[in-house]
Amino acid sequence: MSDRTDLLLALADDELILGWRNSEWTGIAPFLEEDVAFSSIAQNEIGHARALYELAARELGSTADELAFDRTPEEYRSAALVELRRLEWARTIARHWLYETADEIRIASLKASSDMEIAGLAAKIDREEAYHRMHAEMWVDRLLASEDGRARLEEAIAELWPYALGVLDDVLRPELVARAQERLGRVLPDAEPVPRGVHEAELAELWEEMTSVRRSAPAGAQW
Amino acid sequence: MTADDVWEALAEIPDPEIPVISLVDLGVVKDVAVDDGIVHIDFTPTFMGCPALDTMRVAMEAKVAELGAQAAVNVRLDDSWSTDDITAAGREKLRAAGFAPPAPRAAGKLELVQLQRGFRCPYCGSTNTKLENLFGPTPCRSIRYCDDCRQPFEQFKTI
Repeated sequence: MSDRTDLLLALADDELILGWRNSEWTGIAPFLEEDVAFSSIAQNEIGHARALYELAARELGSTADELAFDRTPEEYRSAALVELRRLEWARTIARHWLYETADEIRIASLKASSDMEIAGLAAKIDREEAYHRMHAEMWVDRLLASEDGRARLEEAIAELWPYALGVLDDVLRPELVARAQERLGRVLPDAEPVPRGVHEAELAELWEEMTSVRRSAPAGAQW
Repeated sequence: MTADDVWEALAEIPDPEIPVISLVDLGVVKDVAVDDGIVHIDFTPTFMGCPALDTMRVAMEAKVAELGAQAAVNVRLDDSWSTDDITAAGREKLRAAGFAPPAPRAAGKLELVQLQRGFRCPYCGSTNTKLENLFGPTPCRSIRYCDDCRQPFEQFKTI
């Protein structure tokens, strides 16, 4: 597999799995606006995943659906941050904000790529991600505004920090550290990044559910 | 059949989710070329997770078939569309249907603070409106509220 395909799959897997995790708030978010927000963000992320899989599929002689659903859990290239199942609000916001911050850094570097297909797609994705970032920043502001909120957010970030560091490569990672420290107004501890491709147990559970419809109709389903 | 005939025909296809506006008004048809009886259409989605994508493609193919030709729709996944590409007529149709049209894209980064106040209510024209939710019933819409006529309304996101 080429480095290009490997990169596309890592990006696509992150967006697909995070989209799935975000969709778990559909119907049960703390209030209606957040139900709508997380559902909408999930829809966008899965849309990005589809486009990224399509590019990778062309190179692999495969299809977006095959890449999204027909690989084994071990074959996914997602970062562990997006795999964690944390149906708790402060952790959801912490993951959302850490991911969007890391993703902004990654997208900026892809937009500058000499590969015009990747640069163009990254720019298109970035237009939508701007809304995800505004949403995440709004929530960080809200939580930082109270003592209780700040404590909960900081606890969640401390737990997720090694996972967040694993989203980016060695070149881009220092930028995430700098941005996160500046935003939170404190120094975050050095931590060993959880490497991409080392999967959390939660991924296998997610995969079971996510692929169940497709596996139930091996010959393909007509909708 | 000329490319102009095709453009005219495509201008009759309503957006599947906001049917007051056509695909041409929306600016998502980027290019039309007629070559040896095949109509090549370059098309780009608004939001990438939009479930109406396939519906739009099928509608364009059907429209071209009505003209007696075959369509080859190429989906472009690049940075060639922004809400600035919605035509003036399209914006007016959105407003008349109760959607605040998207604000023009500023040169700099989009900030939440710019979205919080001041967009015009499509019902009463007041600018005394506020952002209720960045997200709405479809990926392309936000929800706002008018403090004067006390009416919630939808706004097409600027992207």
